[in-house]
Amino acid sequence: MRNLKRQLLAGPYLLWMTGFILLPVAVILYYAFTTTSGSFTFLNVSSITFSVHLKALLLSLKLALICTIICLILSYPLAMILNGMKTKSQGFVVFIFILPMWMNFMLRILAWKMLLSNNGVINSLFGTLGLPKLDILNTPAAVVFCMVYDFLPFMILPIYNAMARIQADTIEAARDLGAGTITIFFKIILPLTMSGVVSGIIMVFVPALTSFAVSDLLGGGKVLLIGNVIEQAFMQEYNWNLGSGLSFVLMIFVIVSMAFMNSRGEEGSTGVW
Amino acid sequence: MSKRLIDLQHITKSFDGQMVLDDLNLYIRENEFLTLLGPSGCGKTTTLRIIGGFETPDQGTVIFDGKDITKLAPNDRQLNTVFQKYALFPHMSIAENIAFGLKIRKKSKAYIEDKIKYALKLVNLDGFEKRSINSLSGGQQQRIAIARAIVNEPKVLLLDEPLGALDLKLRQDMQYELIRLKNELGITFVYVTHDQEEALTMSDTIVVMNQGYIQQVGTPQDIYNEPINAFVADFIGESNIINGTMIEDRLVKILDVKFPCVDEGFGTNTPVDVVIRPEDVVLVSPEKGMLEGDVTSLIFKGVHWEIEVLANGYEWLVQTTQMHPVGSHVGIWVDPFNIQIMNKPESNDEKAVESDA
Repeated sequence: MRNLKRQLLAGPYLLWMTGFILLPVAVILYYAFTTTSGSFTFLNVSSITFSVHLKALLLSLKLALICTIICLILSYPLAMILNGMKTKSQGFVVFIFILPMWMNFMLRILAWKMLLSNNGVINSLFGTLGLPKLDILNTPAAVVFCMVYDFLPFMILPIYNAMARIQADTIEAARDLGAGTITIFFKIILPLTMSGVVSGIIMVFVPALTSFAVSDLLGGGKVLLIGNVIEQAFMQEYNWNLGSGLSFVLMIFVIVSMAFMNSRGEEGSTGVW
Repeated sequence: MSKRLIDLQHITKSFDGQMVLDDLNLYIRENEFLTLLGPSGCGKTTTLRIIGGFETPDQGTVIFDGKDITKLAPNDRQLNTVFQKYALFPHMSIAENIAFGLKIRKKSKAYIEDKIKYALKLVNLDGFEKRSINSLSGGQQQRIAIARAIVNEPKVLLLDEPLGALDLKLRQDMQYELIRLKNELGITFVYVTHDQEEALTMSDTIVVMNQGYIQQVGTPQDIYNEPINAFVADFIGESNIINGTMIEDRLVKILDVKFPCVDEGFGTNTPVDVVIRPEDVVLVSPEKGMLEGDVTSLIFKGVHWEIEVLANGYEWLVQTTQMHPVGSHVGIWVDPFNIQIMNKPESNDEKAVESDA
């Protein structure tokens, strides 16, 4: 009887999962492996090898990778600095970094479009200072720049959390046993924050890989990512089969990269994922 | 007497304007088991952290083996610390934890393996090399922490309330283990605790601290039998601390009754604190006692009865193996040798008296 009650409690979630996760995935799989007339085919999936699709996928991977690396390089030292600050100021600084996340994603992208445009705030400032114009709008650089801006908190928070969990005692014990600052960093702090780094990488790399809104708005149609190709297949060509096929390939890439990162992170730490 | 290994001279330390240590002077001899004992906030842990190098004193000097190490970083000091919450490295196996200090000192692989075996044997955890830290109980973790510290062959082992997180039985076992370790290793132990029983059991020397001042330094017997002031008497074991007046040498008046005692040199008619340990109060028949009273409370404690006797307006704490039911009329008698006379602190500020080692 009690078991039945518990299962009933899980009902809404089961419904949610079935309706909004399993069913869509099944639909994508169905479309991915069928033609418009409904017969079985591999063509939608294998079309990833078309040069225009492949180029988009490789560009996506490249930009996502660059974005992740920049986020990591920015976040790790920042998390260390944060962790070294007084508890009160820590909360405030973390708050500052999270603040942009409360604004709508699209609004933030549009804001950057304005800021970076030829007659935007940044370029007029550069102009008055006598600096050359910053002409990065509609280039991959602008896309990476905005993605870094958008996804940075997702890298900072897990690393900062992992770092905050390290007991002061642990560091002192290492010093007591003769470790200098560099040894402490590589033998204690880095291994103990690895789980945070892995979570951060996944949380930045995956959305960066699949994003299309940023390249749409800041790429000016010149930066074609795999997300844009899929979007076009669905929204402009109404070719659900092709869109699903490419989505399927992208999903494989996402799953493989997550599995890879998780296997890295398992060494002696409890991964968030 | 062995030589002075650590010398703390005029150490002063404050945190955020709060004075924690005020002109502290203390020396620690080679091979001794010295315990810093006191209530929380008395400065004992700060003292230990200054020796370990985790805090720098605002003023004063730390001499180690003849050298000034006041400004030396912890990783350059020839001593190791056992932390209260073990502070083991969670991402390493037990063997890796123990090997940490040795690897930094670039010892050979064979040497390290030998040392790990030796240290695990010493703390009675043979064969635990490959286990993870999380699979250990608190007592085992603390023993690994000790093993990790002693493989480096420090001259001094600093222990910051290492048994505080363990349950009573384990704590008692570990006390004997620590004594055995100290004897086997022949190194100096500096131990911090607020547990007076722990201090009495293990130490060669006890340093009683309060509010940043050293109250008394001495052997466990000295500290227990000859407490220098009411604070020490109260902190070490239970006691009856009563206001008294020293009438003359060898005679003190407590609760309007004159007691012969053995103390001299307090002058005449001087107000003093009188300390009588509860096990030194002898209950006799009313007519044989120095004063008479009624039993108000009776508690069985196992080895003895704990009895409270109201006599002349004071609630006497008595420990005896003889049972006296509540309400019975008894006499109180105290051997002159068991009466401790102490000067009263002159003001509240001086309750924490400074006394040089």
